Amino acid sequence: MRDITIGQYLSGNSFMHRMDARVKVLLTVVFVVSVFLCKNFWSLLTMVLFVAVFILLSKVPVMTVLKSIKPLAFILLFTAILNIFYVSGGNVLFEWKFIKITDKGLYTAVFMAIRILCLVTFSSLLTYTTTPTALTDAIEKLLSPLKIFKIQVHSLAMMMTLALRFIPTLIEEIDRIMNAQKARGADLETGGFIKRAKALIPILIPLFVSSFRRAYDLAFAMECRCYTGEGRTRMKQMKCGPRDAVASVLAAILIAAVILLNHFFEKLI
Amino acid sequence: MAVLETVNLTHLFGEKTMNRVSAISDVSVKIESGEFLGIIGHTGSGKSTLIQHFNGLLKPTSGKVLLDGKDINESKQTALSARFKVGLCFQYPEYQLFEETVYKDIAFGPTNMKLGKEEIDRRVRRAAEFVGLKKEHLEKSPFDLSGGEKRRAAIAGVMAMEPEILVLDEPTAGLDPVGRETVLNLISDYRKETGSTVILVSHSMDDVARFAKKALVMNKSKAVLFGTVEEVFSHGEELLSMGLDVPAVTRVFIQLKKMGVPVETGVYTNEQGKDAFLQLLRKGDC
Ligand SMILES: Nc1ncnc2c1ncn2[C@@H]1O[C@H](COP(=O)(O)OP(=O)(O)OP(=O)(O)O)[C@@H](O)[C@H]1O
Ligand SMILES: [Mg+2]
Repeated sequence: MRDITIGQYLSGNSFMHRMDARVKVLLTVVFVVSVFLCKNFWSLLTMVLFVAVFILLSKVPVMTVLKSIKPLAFILLFTAILNIFYVSGGNVLFEWKFIKITDKGLYTAVFMAIRILCLVTFSSLLTYTTTPTALTDAIEKLLSPLKIFKIQVHSLAMMMTLALRFIPTLIEEIDRIMNAQKARGADLETGGFIKRAKALIPILIPLFVSSFRRAYDLAFAMECRCYTGEGRTRMKQMKCGPRDAVASVLAAILIAAVILLNHFFEKLI
Repeated sequence: MAVLETVNLTHLFGEKTMNRVSAISDVSVKIESGEFLGIIGHTGSGKSTLIQHFNGLLKPTSGKVLLDGKDINESKQTALSARFKVGLCFQYPEYQLFEETVYKDIAFGPTNMKLGKEEIDRRVRRAAEFVGLKKEHLEKSPFDLSGGEKRRAAIAGVMAMEPEILVLDEPTAGLDPVGRETVLNLISDYRKETGSTVILVSHSMDDVARFAKKALVMNKSKAVLFGTVEEVFSHGEELLSMGLDVPAVTRVFIQLKKMGVPVETGVYTNEQGKDAFLQLLRKGDC
């Protein structure tokens, strides 16, 4: 259980690691939007290039990046197959009874697969190069205009930070409780669905009890240190630097390229 | 014959990852039936990891655990039956309480053993009596008990399984002196009455000196000393150099020996200390 990592930050000191977290989040948003703007293989190719550039800039080993795709293999395959069979139009390549595969279907399948790959790779680059704390701080800063609508951005960000902070603690706690109940002969591994669900009760109840206790303790500790919510300053001020300017220019070029390529070449989708 | 034996037991955590931790390495001990064994060691020395092998919760990276001469990791069955033969009570066991009433919580183990209703009832009442929980406590919610009572209810939950070997991981951690004394006494009484083997993990040298007959000292994942309590405490200086505490009397005698007074250093209870002093006086050496 302890092997689970959320946020999967890899420490480093690369170009992308040293970028401002806010810029990285915005960059990811821009990237996602551009991926959906792509209408043909040429514009998609610029996206792939963009990803490749940032993999280089982040110095994350390519193998690690590929690993983050592994859990998605099923979804990729599934969407590809759906697209192959359901998209009609274009020249028929293969026909057998009710199954008909067209070249347009095939193209769409490949196109969609590359799209998903780009999205996943780029967002995992963001989490590989940004600590969870920096990420929540950045989100807080970026969402702060929402304060006009009386949304408590700071509390939301604090909740996210705490949730991330407590994931490893909870995993450890579950481990401990599971072992304790197993030592009393609890059987967690065999039986049907209902039996297994019932077997979870001896684990969930102590987990809830201790989580509430922890929450109270933490709330007290925060109050004792005069936590009031708004108006806190930061230990690490976020600053934009030349790197962020470079990245922003790259993003601008990306959007321009996508729009142009969409315009000058034939639309596929 | 030894009831419980480990042969070159080694356990690595995170074997496939970069931060590999060897929690115990090459531990071979033999525990005789009916024995009271104390396990002492610095924090992080691998005590908890070691005892989790005794009932098959952790699988050894290499080496074996033999229960009644049979490897407990031979098959799923043997590992499961080890859970009932070796009752393991974890550090801070009160966090495992979950039932509506204390009675039901103590009955959780015996119920998992698929015993008859009457047998369960007998065991629950007996265990509750051992740990000094009164009848009215049994119908309360475990969350309404005091800290010390919770601890005792959780220990009763393990005792009710009537294991041949009872293993307790720091049962006195976080209790006040009176609570500690109660818990240690009840464990000692339990052993006397049932004749079962008891293994007690503790940070307190004084507790081990007073209650255990044998002691195992863990240091940096290795079993460094194993023998009767006298033997272990006669290595007082070694223990001190490992950063472990020794009973206060032992320290006095180590110092006396250093000053050239002809004394034995295997002294570990106040009684023995008194006798040794009287002997010295009689001989008129000082
Ligand atoms: N589940 C785990 N995953 C990784 N490492 C672990 C795990 N459990 C224990 N360790 C490591 O193994 C070593 C031994 O831990 P163990 O809990 O056995 O020590 P201990 O002697 O019981 O200490 P304490 O007196 O504090 O309870 C420690 O270095 C610990 O960090
Ligand atoms: Mg421990």
